Amino acid sequence: MLLNEFLFLAAFLFCTGVYGVLARKNGVLVLMSIELILNAVNINLIAFGAFNNTITGQVFALFVIAVAAAEVGIGLAIVLLIYRNRQSIDLDKVDLMKG
Amino acid sequence: MHTLTLALVNELNVGQQVAFGILALAMAISALRLVTTKNLVHAALYLTVVLAGAAGIYILLAAEFVAIVQVLVYIGAIVVLVLFGLFLTRAPIGRDQDLDNNQRWAGAVVALLLLGVLGVTLQRAFKGQHVAAKYLANHGSNTAAIGFSIFHDFVIPFEAASVLLLAALVGAVVIARRD
Repeated sequence: MLLNEFLFLAAFLFCTGVYGVLARKNGVLVLMSIELILNAVNINLIAFGAFNNTITGQVFALFVIAVAAAEVGIGLAIVLLIYRNRQSIDLDKVDLMKG
Repeated sequence: MHTLTLALVNELNVGQQVAFGILALAMAISALRLVTTKNLVHAALYLTVVLAGAAGIYILLAAEFVAIVQVLVYIGAIVVLVLFGLFLTRAPIGRDQDLDNNQRWAGAVVALLLLGVLGVTLQRAFKGQHVAAKYLANHGSNTAAIGFSIFHDFVIPFEAASVLLLAALVGAVVIARRD
């Protein structure tokens, strides 16, 4: 298989995730878009690992999965805290630090 | 050059291409729907489709252990966690028109430009390069090789990851508890 097929798929997922992070205002949806981005990175890591004939890409992907699990746990805790304080997870309204 | 190897690769390629095409199409459509849908619960379900498709892609790349971990951790834990987040924040079930902010068009332009840059760069850098169809024959199975690599070459990152998970656990409890 061509290496580029995997890389293009991952690039598409990455850009979709970037769009989701920029354009969504619900906190949980932004977290889901970040998961898209991390998955694109994982596909790239494993594709390059296969391309270079090494296992290291898969090990790195496992570490990324572990970090993603930690990230989503903390992210959802923060979103819940925002919801408790403001009764809404609209990220456009979390603008206390805006000058 | 290696005529026999190339013939074998070509034979394997047809099935792999078909599987890749189906998976990639499902993932692309689900990812687009994930960032455009008006329904929060549907977004979580589209995320599940994308993650399952990624697991399929890993299997295509002969990374079966990562595929299983992907199913366990992402689909089993993270999607459930996200659904819990949706319900605990009293997400409106059903259509909710007000999910996009007013930077939507700027975001679309940024994403399209990024896709263009990445596409041109990747095409120039890796045009015509192949992933070998049967590339791993080390230590019997992939899983054994991964275990050897983690506990041999990556022991310190592994310990750091366990400390990170502990910190995330404690941090999530501290952040989310009621005082």
